[in-house]
Amino acid sequence: MYTQSFNVPDAPGGKTVPLTQPIEDPARQAAFDARIDADGRIEPQDWMPDAYRRTLVRQISQHAHSEIVGMLPEGNWISRAPSLKRKAILIAKVQDEGGHGLYLYSAAETLGTSRDQMLEGLHSGRAKYSSIFNYPTLTWADVGVIGWLVDGAAIMNQVPLCRCSYGPYARAMVRVCKEESFHQRQGYEALLVMMGGTEEQKAMVQDAVNRWWWKCLAMFGPPDADSPNSVQGMRWGIKRVSNDELRQKFVDATVPQAKVLGVTLPDPDLKWNEARQHYDYGQIDWAEFWETVNGNGPCNKERLATRVKAHNDGQWVRDAALAHARKQQERRMKEAA
Amino acid sequence: MSAATDYLLHLADNALVLGQRNAEWCGHGPILEEDIALANVSLDLIGQARLLYQLVATLKGGDCTEDKLAYFRDTHEFRNYTLLELPHRGPLSGYAQGDLDYSTTIVRNFLYSALMALLWEALEKSANADLAAIAAKSQKEVRYHLRHARDWLVRFGDGTDESHARAQASLDHLFAYTQEFWAHSPAEAAAIEAGIGVDVRTLQADWDAIVDAALAEATLVRPAVGGYVTLGKQGIHSEHLGFLLAEMQSLARAHPNGAW
Ligand SMILES: [Fe+2]
Ligand SMILES: [Fe+2]
Repeated sequence: MYTQSFNVPDAPGGKTVPLTQPIEDPARQAAFDARIDADGRIEPQDWMPDAYRRTLVRQISQHAHSEIVGMLPEGNWISRAPSLKRKAILIAKVQDEGGHGLYLYSAAETLGTSRDQMLEGLHSGRAKYSSIFNYPTLTWADVGVIGWLVDGAAIMNQVPLCRCSYGPYARAMVRVCKEESFHQRQGYEALLVMMGGTEEQKAMVQDAVNRWWWKCLAMFGPPDADSPNSVQGMRWGIKRVSNDELRQKFVDATVPQAKVLGVTLPDPDLKWNEARQHYDYGQIDWAEFWETVNGNGPCNKERLATRVKAHNDGQWVRDAALAHARKQQERRMKEAA
Repeated sequence: MSAATDYLLHLADNALVLGQRNAEWCGHGPILEEDIALANVSLDLIGQARLLYQLVATLKGGDCTEDKLAYFRDTHEFRNYTLLELPHRGPLSGYAQGDLDYSTTIVRNFLYSALMALLWEALEKSANADLAAIAAKSQKEVRYHLRHARDWLVRFGDGTDESHARAQASLDHLFAYTQEFWAHSPAEAAAIEAGIGVDVRTLQADWDAIVDAALAEATLVRPAVGGYVTLGKQGIHSEHLGFLLAEMQSLARAHPNGAW
């Protein structure tokens, strides 16, 4: 998944991307601007302003980290999936998210930063990831609701990114979006089946919707009025649609789906506005959102520590692979000599 | 239970229990590529288990389903090799806790895949046509699992001092469990008699060759084995399977009338 708000800055102190071109270069700047204005694509070998490069590295690496951290809340239910079919679907889904992480790290690497550098940013707590993954998955219904709503919100965010001005990111998004739509349909289908089941199952689904709905609305990031970075992102063709527009689109698409499913969205202010031709919705708790973004949500520490532990515990495995590759090469060279 | 269903359950339980174990790495792998690779192995194994359980359910008839077989049988009814239910760590009692150890995972996948590469190939000639078809599909999958595990085993053995020591320790821990491969259970004997199953002992020389070649390349030592021969495929398990099933079956059993 899961771009949230790319208006959320990483904490200060990070390594900046090494400059490969001088900042000041009016002729190249003009060519770059012309390409952007003509809605053209920027490719890795092209000249680009340093700020554009840094913004993309931040956004793409945040996105990659979100995919990887996002494996944990759903991974939490793999061992307990209630049928073999659902177990297989869930493993495949979590595996897809890992695959998204891989494409995105590769896309970011084309901008001159290494996967190790990006992971260092995540593990040190400096780099952000989508805050939606700092909430716990308490029941099996959370798995379905994450597919339906979280992947659903991610699709709203990411479909416009398929037209992003940076070629490798746009191309990665085309593939990712296809898989996210598949996840969303699978999540919704799992919930439909549960809603046809026992009273306990129906209550489980409603409870999960109650806990996730507002968090999903916040995934689109702060209101446009509070998103100063968005303007530059729009100018560069990195961001195409504003946070509030995306959020509205998501609400409008989701209300009828909730009706078919037979669940209530937990917002008394949610109602059709004939004049706007959109659904009105209530106030998002931004204080809680920022607390969670800034590290004080229910699972921030667990998620990060789990990623760090996997990385540290795997050090000897990666070292072994490198040592073996080096020995192989030495043996080949000796043979050739 | 007929010879066929008991034998099919042995094959199915092997696949499910190891699939469940390998899936524990999802989100915790040593490198992202390995998270993805292990998830693939796990998906193949669960897919094999499902086909085999579905076949058993058809043979048994009534209201039997793949999920009844996976979720509503108790520990002593499972017929998997004990090797496959062990946690990803060295020898510890059932309720002891420990970190996931990738070398245990790789060594186990290697020892089991080396057997199944041979067994699935032989089962393509089973008198049961449905089993032969499942074997043909599984054989293609297990060849990849074997290559994956073997490559890592060689990396570990020929890697650093630490990886070499870890791989050797995992071999020393797990190798004795492979004795169970070669000791026929009554169900296997009956299935062989009926032409459904394969006499695993006829595969032992080939298995030895696969294992010895890999260990030589990895500069690892094949442990001498002897002593207790595990009886998982007869329903007498280690302390570990109870915990694995308690977790795996908990939600399905909490909602026995649930629709998923
Ligand atoms: Fe994803
Ligand atoms: Fe997804």
